Amino acid sequence: MTQMNMIQAINSAMDVSMQRDDNVCVFGEDVGFYGGVFRATAGLQKKYGKTRAFDTPINECGIIGVAVGMAAYGLKPVAEIQFADYIYPGLDQLVSEAARLRYRSAGEFTAPITVRSPFGGGIFGGQTHSQSPESIFTHVCGIKTVIPSTPYDAKGLLIAAIEDPDPVVFFEPKRIYNGPFDGHYDTPVTPWAKHPASQVPDEHYVIPLGKANIVRGGGDLTILCYGTMVHVVMDSVKTLGIDAEVIDLRTLLPLDMDTIEASVKKTGRCMVVHEATRTSGFGAELVALVQERCFYHLEAPIERVTGYDTPYPHSLEWAYFPGPVRLRLAIERVMEDVSGEV
Amino acid sequence: MASDKKRRNLPSLELYVPEPKFRPGDEADFSDVEVLPAGETRRPDTAAAHDEMHDLAYGLVRVLGDDHKAVGPWDPKLDPDTLRKMLRAMALTRAFDQRMFRAQRQGKTSFYMKCTGEEAVAIAATFALDRDDMTFPSYRQQGILIARDWSLVDMMNQVYSNSKDRLKGRQLPIMYSTKQGGFFSISGNLATQFPQAVGWAMASAAKGDTRIAASWTGEGSSAEGDFHSACTFAAVYKAPVILNVVNNQWAISSFSGFAGAEATTFAARAVGYGIAGLRVDGNDALAVYAATQWAAERARTNKGPTLIEHFTYRAEGHSTSDDPSQYRSADEAAEWPLGDPIARLKNHLIALGEWDEERQEAMDKECAEQVKTAAKQAEKNGILGHGLHQPLETMFEDVFEEMPPHLRKQEQEMLAENRAANNVAKTR
Repeated sequence: MTQMNMIQAINSAMDVSMQRDDNVCVFGEDVGFYGGVFRATAGLQKKYGKTRAFDTPINECGIIGVAVGMAAYGLKPVAEIQFADYIYPGLDQLVSEAARLRYRSAGEFTAPITVRSPFGGGIFGGQTHSQSPESIFTHVCGIKTVIPSTPYDAKGLLIAAIEDPDPVVFFEPKRIYNGPFDGHYDTPVTPWAKHPASQVPDEHYVIPLGKANIVRGGGDLTILCYGTMVHVVMDSVKTLGIDAEVIDLRTLLPLDMDTIEASVKKTGRCMVVHEATRTSGFGAELVALVQERCFYHLEAPIERVTGYDTPYPHSLEWAYFPGPVRLRLAIERVMEDVSGEV
Repeated sequence: MASDKKRRNLPSLELYVPEPKFRPGDEADFSDVEVLPAGETRRPDTAAAHDEMHDLAYGLVRVLGDDHKAVGPWDPKLDPDTLRKMLRAMALTRAFDQRMFRAQRQGKTSFYMKCTGEEAVAIAATFALDRDDMTFPSYRQQGILIARDWSLVDMMNQVYSNSKDRLKGRQLPIMYSTKQGGFFSISGNLATQFPQAVGWAMASAAKGDTRIAASWTGEGSSAEGDFHSACTFAAVYKAPVILNVVNNQWAISSFSGFAGAEATTFAARAVGYGIAGLRVDGNDALAVYAATQWAAERARTNKGPTLIEHFTYRAEGHSTSDDPSQYRSADEAAEWPLGDPIARLKNHLIALGEWDEERQEAMDKECAEQVKTAAKQAEKNGILGHGLHQPLETMFEDVFEEMPPHLRKQEQEMLAENRAANNVAKTR
């Protein structure tokens, strides 16, 4: 066990994977010699050489297109898109190519690629360094979408993503790279060192994709969240003293619907939380699925706590971010006794 | 604005929108197309620096002269047996196209695309590659498969989306795929295969392999960002890849001017990227062979990628859904100054004393027979729209290696819907 922050855990996942499998290679903008703008690939070029860890042109279409070709050859490419906001020029290669290749070739050609990308706001990144585009990918058939919330999960999930036979988009909540940010932007973030999930095994381990994590068991309300919002939710639950069951989805697709269904049927109330814009966000899918499966168990309308349907505003970041106040108001609404009885 | 007094004396800006020279009803006259005499273009060493061959990106590599003789430094000096094999593959491809086009018109499939007039671009290039080199084709290089002796029945099964279609009826006809044939799954999204070919070549190089990759795209698709991504990556990593631009003058109804042909050649794109660029007579099988052989040797000796523009003409419609008489002169194909690739190779063999019209006629007949026999066999496996040939469950297979729960659920829903449909049919 070593104490790690998210970056170190992600770095360790790639290190372990490259050690175990010569076909794993990592590349992206500033990924090679420098080790990435967030240092996620630091030391990998030195350890594994320039043909396995290298810099690329600033060209996301090329990065992902080349990854698809490398995978067709037999490699296991791990491509970094420097910010999720930059992923759009590579969308055709992801959506029309990587995601469809197994299907259109009836399994003869596959694209076992991993696309890592820091996402989410809360770092004063403005509208081009703060986006949460996860629902664009969950809407595409043939891609898995994974979002970790702790160093321990990040390493186990990233190794699982790299070893997965299908394309995986791995979004890293950059606001929690260095500590489990709880939504209180005006106080310094607690470092990962104080969080138990910062204890990370040095060796190989896997957290299977498609399995949610019940971060906190509870009987009164089910809160579905992922990434940074897991920590913001946990803080609110603690502050408000409610007996909520907090589920960290970890993988949006495939989704662990069994865990969600069991929880909502137990608590009778549900709230979904994400930082991404609301309309057609992943929360909409969650709400639809929960009402399909749990309608007769619901005691109140399902609450959605999300970012607003605007670009991420630079100076108004904390008015945009779904923080403690927005969560408290939503929790109050969903916990209201709607039976009419006093 | 025009009312702005300060700007009153400036001329108005004009937006230029390209227009092809000939439209329906016009007499096509290609006398302004510069056709360099065969044999005149120099052949640099395959190790030559890219900046010492800029002239080749603006020239035209030609081997077969008007007298049907092979001349000049690019003559690959192929033996007559190889020439006859190449000719046969081209003739067989044309026969295949004719048969499948007709099958579409007969309602046996939804769609087809011919490569008439462009056979050399795929076939002569394939002859110059090694059998285990990887190809990333666009939709008009069926000739690669035929040059590699791939089963015609297998190709037709795909065109018919029938029960023996290895792609399980999932792809539009002609979007072939075969790993064994070194032929990457064709995408309907254009030029996506270009960066993929570069990635494959980079992987081959990273692994110390000896195999190279080749890709093809149309001149129209060279306007896609993927083309430029591919050229950038190929140049940066000196990838062992051959990037072919098939300049067949037309992208559906848009002439090559909409991809930039009025300003410069497509081979000249290579100059900006700092890679070797060759412009080749795409209807001259020997020139295509020689250019590919040159580029393959360059790639295999770690001298980097080559961009080859094949100057050719799309003699027929874009696809069975297209009607070129609506937008271009009907004369164009006949007037095309570089002739027909099959006729030119045939005449060359005749000039060598290795072939004659009778043998050509016999071969054409044989090709037509071969295609007919294959079609009959393939049609036994079904044709499109006559019964659902693939089990319904296959709809959900291969989205992922392992079917996730939500797809399993949808599969059950689909099967229930099908049972309900059958029950309705029974009660009627």
